[in-house]
Amino acid sequence: MPLTKRIIPCLDINNGRVVKGTQFINLKDAGNPIELAKFYDKEGADELLFLDITASSNKRNILIDLVEKTGDQVFIPFTVGGGLRTIKDIREILRAGADKVSLNTAAVKKPRFIKEAAKIFGSQCIVVSIDAKRVIINSSNKKIKKEIKTEQDISFWWEVYINGGRTPTKMDAIKWAEKVEKLGAGEILITSMDKDGVKKGYDIELTRTLSDRLNIPIIASGGAGNPTHIVDVFKKGKADAALAASIFHYKEYSIKLIKDFCIKNGIPMRVN
Amino acid sequence: MNFYIAIIDFNMGNLKSVSKILQYLNVQYLITSNQKDIANANIVILPGVGAFKDAIKNLKKMKLIEVLNEIVSNGTLLFGICLGLQLFFKKSFENGKHDGLNFIEGKVVPFDIDKVKKVPHVGWNNVNFINSNHYLFNGIPNNAYFYFVHSYYAIPEKKELIIGTTQYEKTEFASIVMKNNVIATQFHPEKSGKNGIQIFKNIIEHWKK
Repeated sequence: MPLTKRIIPCLDINNGRVVKGTQFINLKDAGNPIELAKFYDKEGADELLFLDITASSNKRNILIDLVEKTGDQVFIPFTVGGGLRTIKDIREILRAGADKVSLNTAAVKKPRFIKEAAKIFGSQCIVVSIDAKRVIINSSNKKIKKEIKTEQDISFWWEVYINGGRTPTKMDAIKWAEKVEKLGAGEILITSMDKDGVKKGYDIELTRTLSDRLNIPIIASGGAGNPTHIVDVFKKGKADAALAASIFHYKEYSIKLIKDFCIKNGIPMRVN
Repeated sequence: MNFYIAIIDFNMGNLKSVSKILQYLNVQYLITSNQKDIANANIVILPGVGAFKDAIKNLKKMKLIEVLNEIVSNGTLLFGICLGLQLFFKKSFENGKHDGLNFIEGKVVPFDIDKVKKVPHVGWNNVNFINSNHYLFNGIPNNAYFYFVHSYYAIPEKKELIIGTTQYEKTEFASIVMKNNVIATQFHPEKSGKNGIQIFKNIIEHWKK
Protein backbone atom coordinates (compact mmCIF):
# COMPACT_ATOMS: atom_id res chain seq x y z
CA MET A 1 0.00 0.00 0.00
CA PRO A 2 1.42 3.38 -0.91
CA LEU A 3 1.76 6.78 0.64
CA THR A 4 -1.67 8.38 0.47
CA LYS A 5 -2.62 11.63 -1.20
CA ARG A 6 -3.63 14.31 1.28
CA ILE A 7 -6.73 16.45 1.62
CA ILE A 8 -5.99 19.75 3.36
CA PRO A 9 -8.69 22.24 4.36
CA CYS A 10 -7.36 25.78 4.37
CA LEU A 11 -8.35 28.40 6.90
CA ASP A 12 -7.74 31.83 5.36
CA ILE A 13 -7.79 34.19 8.32
CA ASN A 14 -8.68 37.87 8.30
CA ASN A 15 -9.29 39.76 11.55
CA GLY A 16 -9.55 36.51 13.48
CA ARG A 17 -12.24 35.00 11.26
CA VAL A 18 -12.08 32.43 8.49
CA VAL A 19 -12.82 34.11 5.18
CA LYS A 20 -12.96 33.06 1.57
CA GLY A 21 -12.56 35.25 -1.47
CA THR A 22 -12.69 34.88 -5.20
CA GLN A 23 -9.35 35.35 -6.98
CA PHE A 24 -8.01 36.79 -3.72
CA ILE A 25 -10.63 39.57 -3.37
CA ASN A 26 -14.26 39.96 -2.24
CA LEU A 27 -13.70 38.24 1.08
CA LYS A 28 -16.71 36.61 2.70
CA ASP A 29 -17.01 35.31 6.23
CA ALA A 30 -16.79 31.54 6.55
CA GLY A 31 -16.70 30.93 10.28
CA ASN A 32 -14.71 30.62 13.46
CA PRO A 33 -11.23 29.12 13.00
CA ILE A 34 -11.18 27.26 16.30
CA GLU A 35 -14.51 25.57 15.65
CA LEU A 36 -13.66 24.77 12.04
CA ALA A 37 -10.28 23.29 13.03
CA LYS A 38 -11.93 20.96 15.50
CA PHE A 39 -14.55 19.97 12.94
CA TYR A 40 -11.98 19.17 10.22
CA ASP A 41 -9.81 17.15 12.56
CA LYS A 42 -12.81 14.99 13.45
CA GLU A 43 -13.93 14.76 9.84
CA GLY A 44 -10.72 13.14 8.68
CA ALA A 45 -8.66 16.00 7.24
CA ASP A 46 -5.07 14.90 6.68
CA GLU A 47 -3.59 18.24 7.61
CA LEU A 48 -4.71 21.75 8.32
CA LEU A 49 -3.42 25.04 6.95
CA PHE A 50 -3.87 28.33 8.81
CA LEU A 51 -3.09 31.32 6.63
CA ASP A 52 -3.25 34.88 7.92
CA ILE A 53 -3.94 36.42 4.54
CA THR A 54 -3.57 40.08 5.46
CA ALA A 55 -0.54 39.91 7.78
CA SER A 56 2.00 40.54 5.00
CA SER A 57 0.15 43.30 3.20
CA ASN A 58 -0.64 45.07 6.47
CA LYS A 59 2.96 44.59 7.63
CA ARG A 60 1.96 43.11 10.94
CA ASN A 61 2.62 39.87 12.74
CA ILE A 62 0.38 36.87 12.75
CA LEU A 63 -2.07 36.36 15.59
CA ILE A 64 -0.09 34.01 17.85
CA ASP A 65 -2.88 33.55 20.33
CA LEU A 66 -5.32 32.45 17.64
CA VAL A 67 -2.73 30.10 16.14
CA GLU A 68 -2.32 28.48 19.53
CA LYS A 69 -6.04 28.11 20.21
CA THR A 70 -6.67 26.72 16.73
CA GLY A 71 -3.72 24.31 16.93
CA ASP A 72 -4.96 23.01 20.26
CA GLN A 73 -7.96 21.54 18.47
CA VAL A 74 -6.04 19.30 16.09
CA PHE A 75 -4.04 16.10 16.37
CA ILE A 76 -2.95 16.20 12.75
CA PRO A 77 -0.17 18.24 11.12
CA PHE A 78 -0.77 21.95 11.40
CA THR A 79 0.86 24.43 9.04
CA VAL A 80 0.79 28.16 9.68
CA GLY A 81 1.65 31.04 7.36
CA GLY A 82 1.14 34.74 6.81
CA GLY A 83 3.56 37.55 7.45
CA LEU A 84 6.43 35.41 8.74
CA ARG A 85 9.59 37.45 8.16
CA THR A 86 12.26 36.30 10.59
CA ILE A 87 13.67 33.18 12.23
CA LYS A 88 12.23 34.52 15.45
CA ASP A 89 8.75 34.68 13.86
CA ILE A 90 9.07 31.02 12.84
CA ARG A 91 10.27 29.98 16.26
CA GLU A 92 7.29 31.69 17.92
CA ILE A 93 4.81 30.03 15.60
CA LEU A 94 6.33 26.60 16.15
CA ARG A 95 6.25 27.17 19.87
CA ALA A 96 2.57 28.08 19.59
CA GLY A 97 1.94 24.62 18.17
CA ALA A 98 2.56 24.72 14.42
CA ASP A 99 4.39 21.78 12.86
CA LYS A 100 5.34 23.56 9.68
CA VAL A 101 5.42 27.13 8.49
CA SER A 102 4.45 28.49 5.13
CA LEU A 103 6.68 31.25 3.75
CA ASN A 104 5.75 33.44 0.83
CA THR A 105 6.41 37.19 0.61
CA ALA A 106 9.50 37.19 2.84
CA ALA A 107 11.01 34.30 0.86
CA VAL A 108 10.58 36.17 -2.43
CA LYS A 109 12.13 39.31 -0.99
CA LYS A 110 15.02 37.42 0.58
CA PRO A 111 15.43 33.90 -0.82
CA ARG A 112 18.24 33.20 1.65
CA PHE A 113 15.54 33.16 4.34
CA ILE A 114 14.41 29.75 3.04
CA LYS A 115 17.91 28.31 3.34
CA GLU A 116 18.42 29.74 6.78
CA ALA A 117 15.06 28.50 8.03
CA ALA A 118 15.57 25.02 6.55
CA LYS A 119 18.95 24.76 8.18
CA ILE A 120 17.65 25.70 11.60
CA PHE A 121 14.27 23.95 11.63
CA GLY A 122 14.80 21.26 8.99
CA SER A 123 13.36 21.13 5.47
CA GLN A 124 10.35 19.15 6.68
CA CYS A 125 9.24 22.26 8.52
CA ILE A 126 9.44 24.70 5.63
CA VAL A 127 6.63 24.96 3.11
CA VAL A 128 7.06 27.65 0.50
CA SER A 129 3.81 29.02 -0.76
CA ILE A 130 3.69 30.48 -4.27
CA ASP A 131 0.81 32.53 -5.61
CA ALA A 132 0.89 32.37 -9.39
CA LYS A 133 -1.13 34.02 -12.11
CA ARG A 134 -1.13 33.35 -15.84
CA VAL A 135 0.26 36.12 -18.03
CA ILE A 136 -0.89 35.92 -21.64
CA ILE A 137 1.84 36.51 -24.18
CA ASN A 138 1.11 38.73 -27.17
CA SER A 139 3.22 38.36 -30.29
CA SER A 140 5.12 41.50 -29.27
CA ASN A 141 6.66 40.17 -26.06
CA LYS A 142 7.45 36.59 -27.09
CA LYS A 143 11.13 37.00 -26.43
CA ILE A 144 10.84 37.16 -22.65
CA LYS A 145 12.82 34.53 -20.81
CA LYS A 146 9.98 32.66 -19.14
CA GLU A 147 8.66 29.12 -19.08
CA ILE A 148 6.07 29.47 -21.81
CA LYS A 149 3.11 27.11 -22.11
CA THR A 150 0.39 26.99 -24.72
CA GLU A 151 -3.17 25.91 -24.05
CA GLN A 152 -5.90 26.25 -26.69
CA ASP A 153 -3.62 28.40 -28.85
CA ILE A 154 -2.97 30.88 -26.07
CA SER A 155 0.62 31.25 -24.90
CA PHE A 156 1.30 32.27 -21.35
CA TRP A 157 3.63 32.04 -18.38
CA TRP A 158 2.98 32.10 -14.64
CA GLU A 159 3.93 35.18 -12.68
CA VAL A 160 4.63 35.12 -8.94
CA TYR A 161 2.58 37.52 -6.80
CA ILE A 162 3.33 38.54 -3.22
CA ASN A 163 1.58 40.40 -0.38
CA GLY A 164 -1.44 38.14 -0.49
CA GLY A 165 -1.79 38.41 -4.26
CA ARG A 166 -1.56 42.19 -4.33
CA THR A 167 1.89 42.70 -5.82
CA PRO A 168 3.22 41.21 -9.08
CA THR A 169 6.95 40.42 -9.13
CA LYS A 170 7.77 39.68 -12.81
CA MET A 171 9.24 36.41 -11.52
CA ASP A 172 8.50 33.15 -13.30
CA ALA A 173 6.69 30.78 -10.91
CA ILE A 174 8.24 27.59 -12.32
CA LYS A 175 11.77 28.94 -12.08
CA TRP A 176 11.10 30.31 -8.63
CA ALA A 177 9.82 26.89 -7.51
CA GLU A 178 13.00 25.23 -8.76
CA LYS A 179 15.05 27.71 -6.81
CA VAL A 180 12.91 27.20 -3.72
CA GLU A 181 13.62 23.46 -3.84
CA LYS A 182 17.37 24.06 -4.13
CA LEU A 183 17.23 26.42 -1.15
CA GLY A 184 15.87 23.62 1.01
CA ALA A 185 12.08 23.91 1.13
CA GLY A 186 10.37 20.65 2.09
CA GLU A 187 7.12 21.21 0.19
CA ILE A 188 5.62 23.68 -2.21
CA LEU A 189 2.10 25.02 -1.93
CA ILE A 190 1.09 26.35 -5.31
CA THR A 191 -1.99 28.53 -5.57
CA SER A 192 -3.45 29.46 -8.91
CA MET A 193 -4.79 32.99 -8.54
CA ASP A 194 -6.77 32.57 -11.76
CA LYS A 195 -8.63 29.57 -10.38
CA ASP A 196 -8.89 30.57 -6.71
CA GLY A 197 -12.48 30.68 -5.49
CA VAL A 198 -13.84 30.22 -9.02
CA LYS A 199 -14.63 26.55 -8.28
CA LYS A 200 -14.09 25.36 -11.84
CA GLY A 201 -11.09 23.15 -11.14
CA TYR A 202 -7.42 23.53 -10.29
CA ASP A 203 -4.76 24.80 -12.70
CA ILE A 204 -3.79 21.26 -13.75
CA GLU A 205 -1.06 22.43 -16.13
CA LEU A 206 0.63 24.44 -13.38
CA THR A 207 0.50 21.64 -10.84
CA ARG A 208 1.71 19.00 -13.29
CA THR A 209 4.58 21.15 -14.54
CA LEU A 210 5.83 21.61 -10.98
CA SER A 211 5.31 18.01 -9.97
CA ASP A 212 7.23 16.72 -13.01
CA ARG A 213 10.02 19.17 -12.48
CA LEU A 214 10.58 18.92 -8.72
CA ASN A 215 11.49 16.22 -6.24
CA ILE A 216 9.59 17.66 -3.30
CA PRO A 217 5.85 17.25 -2.67
CA ILE A 218 3.44 19.66 -4.35
CA ILE A 219 0.29 20.87 -2.64
CA ALA A 220 -2.20 22.17 -5.20
CA SER A 221 -4.48 25.04 -4.29
CA GLY A 222 -7.13 27.15 -5.93
CA GLY A 223 -10.19 26.03 -7.85
CA ALA A 224 -11.72 23.03 -6.07
CA GLY A 225 -15.47 23.08 -6.71
CA ASN A 226 -16.41 19.42 -6.73
CA PRO A 227 -14.93 15.95 -6.10
CA THR A 228 -13.98 15.47 -9.75
CA HIS A 229 -11.71 18.50 -9.58
CA ILE A 230 -9.84 16.89 -6.72
CA VAL A 231 -9.50 13.57 -8.56
CA ASP A 232 -8.21 15.48 -11.59
CA VAL A 233 -5.56 17.39 -9.66
CA PHE A 234 -4.22 14.11 -8.29
CA LYS A 235 -4.45 12.08 -11.50
CA LYS A 236 -3.73 14.65 -14.18
CA GLY A 237 -2.00 17.28 -12.07
CA LYS A 238 0.13 14.72 -10.18
CA ALA A 239 -0.30 16.69 -6.97
CA ASP A 240 0.70 15.09 -3.67
CA ALA A 241 -1.92 16.99 -1.71
CA ALA A 242 -5.01 19.00 -2.55
CA LEU A 243 -5.98 22.10 -0.64
CA ALA A 244 -9.55 23.32 -0.59
CA ALA A 245 -11.49 25.93 1.32
CA SER A 246 -14.97 26.97 0.32
CA ILE A 247 -16.28 23.51 -0.59
CA PHE A 248 -15.52 22.45 2.98
CA HIS A 249 -16.33 25.68 4.83
CA TYR A 250 -19.76 25.98 3.28
CA LYS A 251 -20.30 22.24 3.72
CA GLU A 252 -20.90 21.64 0.04
CA TYR A 253 -18.97 18.36 0.27
CA SER A 254 -17.67 16.52 3.30
CA ILE A 255 -14.07 15.38 3.49
CA LYS A 256 -15.31 11.82 3.78
CA LEU A 257 -17.33 12.08 0.59
CA ILE A 258 -14.33 13.51 -1.28
CA LYS A 259 -12.08 10.75 0.04
CA ASP A 260 -14.54 8.00 -0.86
CA PHE A 261 -14.81 9.44 -4.35
CA CYS A 262 -11.01 9.53 -4.70
CA ILE A 263 -10.70 5.91 -3.52
CA LYS A 264 -13.33 4.87 -6.06
CA ASN A 265 -11.11 6.49 -8.66
CA GLY A 266 -8.05 4.55 -7.58
CA ILE A 267 -6.37 7.26 -5.51
CA PRO A 268 -4.87 6.08 -2.21
CA MET A 269 -6.45 7.91 0.73
CA ARG A 270 -6.32 7.61 4.47
CA VAL A 271 -9.64 6.61 5.95
CA ASN A 272 -10.21 5.99 9.62
CA MET B 1 6.22 11.46 43.35
CA ASN B 2 3.30 10.28 41.29
CA PHE B 3 3.53 8.76 37.87
CA TYR B 4 4.79 11.26 35.34
CA ILE B 5 6.27 11.47 31.89
CA ALA B 6 9.34 13.54 31.03
CA ILE B 7 9.40 15.08 27.58
CA ILE B 8 13.01 15.97 26.88
CA ASP B 9 13.50 19.55 25.76
CA PHE B 10 16.77 19.78 23.87
CA ASN B 11 15.88 22.58 21.47
CA MET B 12 14.92 20.25 18.64
CA GLY B 13 11.44 21.01 17.52
CA ASN B 14 7.88 20.72 18.47
CA LEU B 15 7.21 19.62 22.03
CA LYS B 16 3.79 21.15 22.19
CA SER B 17 2.10 18.53 20.05
CA VAL B 18 3.36 15.75 22.34
CA SER B 19 2.31 17.59 25.49
CA LYS B 20 -1.10 18.29 23.95
CA ILE B 21 -1.75 14.53 23.67
CA LEU B 22 -0.66 13.90 27.25
CA GLN B 23 -2.97 16.66 28.40
CA TYR B 24 -5.77 15.11 26.42
CA LEU B 25 -5.03 11.74 28.07
CA ASN B 26 -4.90 13.43 31.45
CA VAL B 27 -1.39 12.27 32.30
CA GLN B 28 1.10 14.27 34.31
CA TYR B 29 4.14 15.39 32.38
CA LEU B 30 7.11 17.71 32.49
CA ILE B 31 8.83 19.34 29.57
CA THR B 32 12.37 19.36 30.86
CA SER B 33 16.07 19.26 30.29
CA ASN B 34 16.79 18.69 33.97
CA GLN B 35 18.71 15.44 34.55
CA LYS B 36 17.02 14.68 37.82
CA ASP B 37 13.52 15.16 36.42
CA ILE B 38 14.39 12.85 33.57
CA ALA B 39 16.01 10.22 35.78
CA ASN B 40 12.97 10.10 38.10
CA ALA B 41 10.31 9.91 35.39
CA ASN B 42 8.27 6.76 34.77
CA ILE B 43 8.39 7.27 31.03
CA VAL B 44 10.81 9.43 29.07
CA ILE B 45 9.97 10.76 25.61
CA LEU B 46 12.63 11.95 23.20
CA PRO B 47 10.83 13.78 20.41
CA GLY B 48 12.58 15.83 17.82
CA VAL B 49 12.74 17.12 14.31
CA GLY B 50 15.75 18.61 12.60
CA ALA B 51 19.29 17.57 11.87
CA PHE B 52 20.95 14.52 13.47
CA LYS B 53 24.26 16.27 14.03
CA ASP B 54 22.70 19.28 15.80
CA ALA B 55 20.59 17.00 17.95
CA ILE B 56 23.58 15.02 19.23
CA LYS B 57 25.46 18.26 19.78
CA ASN B 58 22.58 19.64 21.85
CA LEU B 59 22.26 16.47 23.92
CA LYS B 60 25.98 16.63 24.68
CA LYS B 61 25.96 20.32 25.46
CA MET B 62 22.97 19.91 27.79
CA LYS B 63 24.66 16.93 29.47
CA LEU B 64 21.75 14.62 28.72
CA ILE B 65 23.59 11.64 27.23
CA GLU B 66 24.57 10.25 30.60
CA VAL B 67 21.05 10.37 32.00
CA LEU B 68 19.70 8.74 28.84
CA ASN B 69 22.19 5.90 29.28
CA GLU B 70 21.15 5.64 32.89
CA ILE B 71 17.43 5.27 32.18
CA VAL B 72 18.06 2.75 29.41
CA SER B 73 20.06 0.56 31.77
CA ASN B 74 17.70 0.93 34.73
CA GLY B 75 14.68 -0.16 32.72
CA THR B 76 12.65 3.08 32.42
CA LEU B 77 10.72 3.24 29.19
CA LEU B 78 12.41 5.50 26.66
CA PHE B 79 10.17 6.43 23.73
CA GLY B 80 11.77 8.08 20.69
CA ILE B 81 9.83 9.84 17.96
CA CYS B 82 11.09 10.52 14.41
CA LEU B 83 14.54 12.04 14.89
CA GLY B 84 14.36 10.50 18.38
CA LEU B 85 14.27 7.06 16.75
CA GLN B 86 17.24 7.87 14.57
CA LEU B 87 19.29 9.17 17.51
CA PHE B 88 18.99 5.79 19.25
CA PHE B 89 21.08 4.15 16.54
CA LYS B 90 24.81 3.59 16.49
CA LYS B 91 25.52 5.90 13.58
CA SER B 92 23.91 8.11 10.99
CA PHE B 93 24.92 9.01 7.47
CA GLU B 94 22.98 12.26 7.43
CA ASN B 95 25.35 14.79 5.82
CA GLY B 96 28.51 12.90 6.70
CA LYS B 97 28.91 10.27 9.36
CA HIS B 98 27.90 10.87 12.96
CA ASP B 99 27.82 8.77 16.09
CA GLY B 100 24.44 8.26 17.68
CA LEU B 101 23.40 7.18 21.17
CA ASN B 102 24.04 3.53 20.30
CA PHE B 103 21.07 2.03 22.14
CA ILE B 104 20.28 0.00 19.01
CA GLU B 105 22.85 -1.52 16.67
CA GLY B 106 22.41 -0.29 13.14
CA LYS B 107 22.57 2.79 11.01
CA VAL B 108 20.52 5.68 9.64
CA VAL B 109 20.67 6.26 5.88
CA PRO B 110 19.07 8.63 3.35
CA PHE B 111 16.31 7.57 0.97
CA ASP B 112 17.77 6.66 -2.40
CA ILE B 113 16.40 9.15 -4.94
CA ASP B 114 16.56 6.40 -7.60
CA LYS B 115 14.15 4.27 -5.61
CA VAL B 116 11.72 6.94 -4.43
CA LYS B 117 10.54 9.84 -6.52
CA LYS B 118 10.16 12.41 -3.81
CA VAL B 119 12.12 13.16 -0.66
CA PRO B 120 11.17 13.88 2.11
CA HIS B 121 8.68 11.07 2.60
CA VAL B 122 5.79 13.27 3.74
CA GLY B 123 2.26 12.21 4.54
CA TRP B 124 0.16 9.33 5.78
CA ASN B 125 1.42 5.83 5.19
CA ASN B 126 0.59 2.35 6.46
CA VAL B 127 2.38 0.60 9.25
CA ASN B 128 2.46 -3.15 8.92
CA PHE B 129 2.51 -4.70 12.39
CA ILE B 130 4.96 -7.59 12.60
CA ASN B 131 3.14 -8.86 15.68
CA SER B 132 -0.45 -7.64 15.91
CA ASN B 133 -0.72 -8.94 19.47
CA HIS B 134 1.86 -6.51 20.75
CA TYR B 135 0.52 -4.19 23.44
CA LEU B 136 1.52 -1.18 21.34
CA PHE B 137 -1.18 -2.05 18.82
CA ASN B 138 -4.15 -2.56 21.15
CA GLY B 139 -7.20 -1.06 19.50
CA ILE B 140 -5.38 -0.19 16.28
CA PRO B 141 -6.04 -2.09 13.05
CA ASN B 142 -3.06 -3.58 11.26
CA ASN B 143 -1.84 -1.40 8.38
CA ALA B 144 -3.30 1.69 10.05
CA TYR B 145 -2.14 5.05 8.74
CA PHE B 146 0.34 7.24 10.56
CA TYR B 147 1.89 10.58 9.65
CA PHE B 148 5.50 10.57 8.43
CA VAL B 149 7.89 13.32 7.51
CA HIS B 150 11.55 12.35 7.13
CA SER B 151 14.37 12.08 4.61
CA TYR B 152 16.36 9.35 6.39
CA TYR B 153 15.46 5.96 7.82
CA ALA B 154 17.03 3.46 10.17
CA ILE B 155 18.28 -0.04 9.41
CA PRO B 156 18.60 -2.12 12.60
CA GLU B 157 21.20 -4.90 12.45
CA LYS B 158 18.91 -7.28 14.28
CA LYS B 159 15.69 -7.69 12.29
CA GLU B 160 13.87 -9.03 15.35
CA LEU B 161 13.94 -5.51 16.81
CA ILE B 162 11.61 -4.32 14.04
CA ILE B 163 7.96 -4.44 15.12
CA GLY B 164 6.47 -2.29 12.37
CA THR B 165 7.42 -1.72 8.74
CA THR B 166 6.39 0.79 6.10
CA GLN B 167 6.70 0.70 2.34
CA TYR B 168 7.59 3.91 0.54
CA GLU B 169 7.62 3.14 -3.17
CA LYS B 170 10.50 0.69 -3.63
CA THR B 171 11.90 1.09 -0.14
CA GLU B 172 10.64 -0.83 2.86
CA PHE B 173 11.90 0.49 6.16
CA ALA B 174 11.54 -0.05 9.91
CA SER B 175 8.85 2.33 11.14
CA ILE B 176 8.72 0.98 14.71
CA VAL B 177 11.67 -0.52 16.55
CA MET B 178 11.87 -1.88 20.05
CA LYS B 179 14.67 -3.20 22.20
CA ASN B 180 13.76 -4.05 25.78
CA ASN B 181 12.67 -0.73 27.34
CA VAL B 182 13.51 1.37 24.27
CA ILE B 183 10.68 1.94 21.79
CA ALA B 184 10.78 4.28 18.82
CA THR B 185 8.58 5.27 15.89
CA GLN B 186 9.73 6.89 12.69
CA PHE B 187 6.27 8.40 12.26
CA HIS B 188 4.75 11.08 14.47
CA PRO B 189 2.09 9.47 16.69
CA GLU B 190 1.40 12.94 18.12
CA LYS B 191 0.30 14.03 14.62
CA SER B 192 -1.50 10.85 13.61
CA GLY B 193 -5.03 11.50 14.82
CA LYS B 194 -6.80 8.88 16.89
CA ASN B 195 -4.44 5.99 16.03
CA GLY B 196 -1.54 8.08 17.23
CA ILE B 197 -3.32 8.95 20.47
CA GLN B 198 -3.95 5.22 20.95
CA ILE B 199 -0.19 4.48 20.69
CA PHE B 200 0.48 6.87 23.59
CA LYS B 201 -2.40 5.38 25.52
CA ASN B 202 -1.12 1.83 25.01
CA ILE B 203 2.39 2.74 26.12
CA ILE B 204 1.14 4.54 29.21
CA GLU B 205 -1.24 1.76 30.20
CA HIS B 206 1.43 -0.90 29.78
CA TRP B 207 4.10 0.97 31.72
CA LYS B 208 1.84 2.23 34.47
CA LYS B 209 1.39 -1.31 35.78
